[in-house]
Amino acid sequence: MSKEPVAVVGIGQTKHVAARRDVSIAGLVREAAGRALQDAELTWADIDAVVIGKAPDFFEGVMMPELYLADALGAVGKPMLRVHTAGSVGGSTALVAAGLVASRVHGTVLTVAFEKQSESNAMWGLSLPIPFQQPLLAGAGGFFAPHVRAYMRRSGAPDTVGSQVAYKDRRNALRNPYAHLHEHDITLEKVQASPMLWDPIRYSETCPSSDGACAMVLADRAGAARAPRPPAWMLGGAMRSEPTLFAGKDAVSPQAGKDCAADVYRQAGIADPRRDIDAVEMYVPFSWYEPMWLENLGFADEGEGWKLTESGVTELDGDLPVNMSGGVLSTNPIGASGMIRFAEAALQARGQAGEHQVEGARRVLGHAYGGGSQFFSMWLVGSEPPQS
Amino acid sequence: MTRDIAVVAFAQSDHRRTTDELSEVEMLMPVLHGVLEQTGLKTADIGFTCSGSSDYLAGRAFSFTLALDGVGAWPPISESHVEMDGAWALYEAWTKLLTGDADTALVYSYGKSSPGSLRDVLTRQLDPYYVAPLWPDSVALAALQAQALIDAGDTDEPALAAVAARSRQDATTNSHAQLRGSLPQGDYLVRPLRTGDCPPIGDGAAAVVLAAGERARELCARPAWIRGIDHRIEAHSLGVRDLTDSPSTRLAAEKAGAFERPVDTAELHAPFTSQEVVLRKALRLDDGVRVNPSGGALAANPMMAAGLIRVGEAAAGIHRGESDRALAHATSGPCLQQNLVAVLEGDPR
Repeated sequence: MSKEPVAVVGIGQTKHVAARRDVSIAGLVREAAGRALQDAELTWADIDAVVIGKAPDFFEGVMMPELYLADALGAVGKPMLRVHTAGSVGGSTALVAAGLVASRVHGTVLTVAFEKQSESNAMWGLSLPIPFQQPLLAGAGGFFAPHVRAYMRRSGAPDTVGSQVAYKDRRNALRNPYAHLHEHDITLEKVQASPMLWDPIRYSETCPSSDGACAMVLADRAGAARAPRPPAWMLGGAMRSEPTLFAGKDAVSPQAGKDCAADVYRQAGIADPRRDIDAVEMYVPFSWYEPMWLENLGFADEGEGWKLTESGVTELDGDLPVNMSGGVLSTNPIGASGMIRFAEAALQARGQAGEHQVEGARRVLGHAYGGGSQFFSMWLVGSEPPQS
Repeated sequence: MTRDIAVVAFAQSDHRRTTDELSEVEMLMPVLHGVLEQTGLKTADIGFTCSGSSDYLAGRAFSFTLALDGVGAWPPISESHVEMDGAWALYEAWTKLLTGDADTALVYSYGKSSPGSLRDVLTRQLDPYYVAPLWPDSVALAALQAQALIDAGDTDEPALAAVAARSRQDATTNSHAQLRGSLPQGDYLVRPLRTGDCPPIGDGAAAVVLAAGERARELCARPAWIRGIDHRIEAHSLGVRDLTDSPSTRLAAEKAGAFERPVDTAELHAPFTSQEVVLRKALRLDDGVRVNPSGGALAANPMMAAGLIRVGEAAAGIHRGESDRALAHATSGPCLQQNLVAVLEGDPR
């Protein structure tokens, strides 16, 4: 029994900003979903099922908000699933939706991910100290900074690599009308002069807090044939998880990330990711994660990832562009951030990324991770349908 | 869809009013061990793992990550999580098995309601702009539904009391149940619902193992084949719904093939007696169908697990040879907003 091929036929996102005070949560998700439908030239009635994802419910203070969002997303009378896999959730949500098509349960599925961070304070939402459980320090930066430091020590990377990543991503964001941060006067010196938050992570090397939503319409082969614009085809997709903390865990390059990438490459017939993949949208909430994930995903040997960044390979006009959209460093509605990576990969494969389009991008990787570097979700999308 | 998928094992905790001495992981661990022991599988043998739980019950973000430690996700596993009742985790796992990406799946869910005030906590599920600020609690909303049923002539208080009495009587043979035997119907909690019409508040966990095709036959003497499974959601605003009916349940049942042939058993996730009335009507269950032989949610209603338990109980009846075709139902949201129906069958005897 073969799987039904899955195509991305519609993509929509909101203009990501610090606070969308002009819309409710429902208004925010509906805006992205409506744009995805418009892109696919479909109506709400064409949708068979809705799969929604977001990070912890505490971020908006609504328990299981999909119940309240059923009307806004046209889900009444339809199946509606709510995914939550920490920071990787946007990617996982897309993969669960893709599974509904691949299994031939449904033909056309709307998938949406969002976060309205302005409703609360995510950093303290992540820092709940409760009895008998270890608090994760204050916010995510405090958790990840030691892992970055470990990477720097292990690889011998020069201190400047992190600021280079941030400078690149913030400049890429200037070409993406949906990106949150548009810092027209950004310079490398400004990044390097920004305050140190969690040594070695500086203010300008961290992601912003954003309000935003992202949506995609996924369809089967018949739906792709009817699509008005070129679809992106899913060539491989996988999720992997490992425990938060345990003796022997490699926090710099987690095994779950390696296994997840290997599974995706196997499905897509990728022998050498560096050669066979044209561009990558990866989840880089703190700048140093670019070289770290380049190694984890097999684009560079261990300890060598920073050299790709330093030599400009990951620039928009480089040999392996990374985070053409500006990445999580420029836009971070947490629950949606993974789906934005997946959607941006699909935009590239469709040739519809506008000013941040990579010429000739045919196979593009979308990557998300979450928790204590323990949840991974990835997909590889291409301009041509899968072989099998 | 050409792949047959079955529930091959089911385990649950003893559901209790409080489990102060246990963390969620400690509550879940014996259940996971139990369900794996039934099949002889180890964590590493499982193709896909999917769970359901709620951060709002745990009182902390990413609470499910702690449970993952209990699963033993090393080497790394293919895994996902829904912020929903475990019945929907089972649905996700079912689609995963259908694609052929995995041959076995472990599904679990758990909830500890005891640390907080559940009636208050559940108000946070409501429309955050127009309804939640009024803090209407789950019992009050269910009472609105019960009164609508009484006003429509669909039931009366003695009939509701009979549902309560039958459920707790049936639960006497269910060692996991929280409320068992003959209990007083009690005073009004929110008129017309008396304490007896309402589910116990408690802590609990459940797990099932799914397997596809021949693998299911290897793991279980009489697999409970999932002949159909579907779920549907309704509008959130109570004002636009007919609370005496459940069109989403009926539609899910139709899609799951429930009306093609009669079932002998139905496990309904009806936390309130009045909701059994709604569901029986939507599912066209006659008196020949055994409804909730486990005692149902009126005997034990651990949040996030009670729906998965319905699927597990229906499957276990088939495993034991007591049932040949069973319907399992799970619900979520105020007044049965979202509903899932699965139809399970055993091989002919």
